[in-house]
Amino acid sequence: MGELVQHLLNATVLGGTYALLGIGLTLIFGIMRVVNFTHGELYAFGAYCMYALVMMMGVNFYVALVLATLMGVALGAAVEVLLLSRLRGADIDTTMLVMIGAWIVLQNTEQLVWSGVALSIHNPFPAEPFVFGPLSVSWNRVFVFLAAIALIASTYYIINKTKLGKAMRATFQDRNTAALMGVRIGRIHTATFALGSGLAASAGALLGPVFVVAPTMGDMAAAKAFAIVILGGLGNITGATLGGFILAFVEELGAGYISSGYRDAMGFLLIIIILLVKPTGLFAQKERIG
Amino acid sequence: MKRYWPWALVVLLASVPLWLTDFYLLHILITTGIFMIAAMSLNLLLGYTGQLSLGHVAFFGIGAYTSALVALGFEVHILPEYTISLAPKPVWFAMLMGVVVAGLTGYAIGKLSFRVRGAYFVIVSISFAEVVRLVAVNWVELTQGPMALNNIPALTLGAAGWEVSFLRKPAFYSLVLVVGVICYIVIARLVDSRAGRAMIALRENESLAMSVGIDVTRYLVLATVVSAAMAGMAGSLYTHYIRIVDPDIFLFVYTVTMVIMVVTGGKGTLAGPVVGGALFGAIPEVLRAFAIAPEVQWMIYGILMILVVYFLPRGIIPAVEDYLAGRKKRTQATKNALADSGAPRP
Repeated sequence: MGELVQHLLNATVLGGTYALLGIGLTLIFGIMRVVNFTHGELYAFGAYCMYALVMMMGVNFYVALVLATLMGVALGAAVEVLLLSRLRGADIDTTMLVMIGAWIVLQNTEQLVWSGVALSIHNPFPAEPFVFGPLSVSWNRVFVFLAAIALIASTYYIINKTKLGKAMRATFQDRNTAALMGVRIGRIHTATFALGSGLAASAGALLGPVFVVAPTMGDMAAAKAFAIVILGGLGNITGATLGGFILAFVEELGAGYISSGYRDAMGFLLIIIILLVKPTGLFAQKERIG
Repeated sequence: MKRYWPWALVVLLASVPLWLTDFYLLHILITTGIFMIAAMSLNLLLGYTGQLSLGHVAFFGIGAYTSALVALGFEVHILPEYTISLAPKPVWFAMLMGVVVAGLTGYAIGKLSFRVRGAYFVIVSISFAEVVRLVAVNWVELTQGPMALNNIPALTLGAAGWEVSFLRKPAFYSLVLVVGVICYIVIARLVDSRAGRAMIALRENESLAMSVGIDVTRYLVLATVVSAAMAGMAGSLYTHYIRIVDPDIFLFVYTVTMVIMVVTGGKGTLAGPVVGGALFGAIPEVLRAFAIAPEVQWMIYGILMILVVYFLPRGIIPAVEDYLAGRKKRTQATKNALADSGAPRP
């Protein structure tokens, strides 16, 4: 029983960052109709920024988190302006090929700059875990969870309460009408991509100190983010939030009770089951199959 | 005349082992040829039905592993008291099994994943390849996991006393060429048939294709089966040439290589994957001459892919065809103008 509760607790903590990854990806797809293959690399970029800032320049841990997120926002905006802004209105396969190209360039740049060696980042939290009865969780993970929840909440706030968010939602519903109402679609695209990339970078910056930082870390993150958005339905933000937690629970329980070697396969198996049962995703309303 | 020059090219390629003595170059030609076959098979899906399958390497890898395992034999304990074992079989049979198993997997995947289209299909196909890779890593009893399957036998054909071995590079090169030409002809015949026209119709406009009575899913699954079987053939050629196979064969970069070959050459054209394959077979060797890191090579691939999408969105072959057609039109127009003006012909 204690073991089960421990698994559930671990899953909840992990689910926060998964949701963060999924929301970024699903936002970009929903508003821009772009399958963002660079998402995992932005995640790795956040982690490497964290390493450079904390371990090489000695910047304060919390300041570094903010800076890494902002750098992710800047890189995302740069990718959008340089590569995607010329392709507005292009079909989904075309942008997908460009994003695959960008993904290869980014990943190999990371590999070239940092080499393949895994790096670790110190964190300022006490080494002994937070213990509550039979349960224990490291302080670092508690912080990661709280920070992820705060970021998810701010994303919801931006989308639902601000003027920018209103313009984003309008673009999502009907880009032509939105444009006629004076929404600058181009800027909304840049802002969306920057926001989504910032969320991915912040997830990397948060998880970098928990795990190790390596050039291929982005691939797994991207694969999981894809699984999450399929679970929730592409373009569905609430779906991505819940999907993040569902994937975390399935992985944690699957690794605990079935086989830890197949931990990373759980998400894919989940996708296949979802497709058999409900191809539109768990939380889809309508218009989900492109 | 135009009909014969592809055959002239085949004859030229067939003569290569007679005059090319550099085995390193021959090795490059063999691996390029194998990847060309894989790219041709991807083109059937990507170019003719318009489905971007990013899990294509799974079929290649399944062909490679099946062929290796049937040739080596295996013994697996499914349950403590239940064992499946297979004695080593001849290599030609193993390769055939590689093709068959890859084709059957293609059928299952086609049935499953063509419930969805577009971005969903792309992600499902990636997921599928990743699951297969994880199985290859973790099912150590069957696949040896990261330790790899070693000592895979080379292909020999014919009866005792009259055996032809494909261990040496010139012989294997000819085998790859024969298989490549057969695959090319199969694809050419297929896309020219009723089924091929149905595929192109649904690529152009799926709703319209459906409304005139084309069973869309049926033709998509057909294309997937043929494509998967062909990729499995490429994989089994690869496995009996390199003679070692490990889970890295399922890496996403190989799918990306195939996609780049098809997109650069021209998707939906017969010659596209051949041209793209030749180009991306040669580029690494040219880059090697400049002694650059593999990371830089991949960065160049990525940049090339972006540039192709921007500047040659339909690929090399359609661009060249357009250019030639345009020139023909221009010369024809000049001739007509000269004739009309009554000027003496140049």
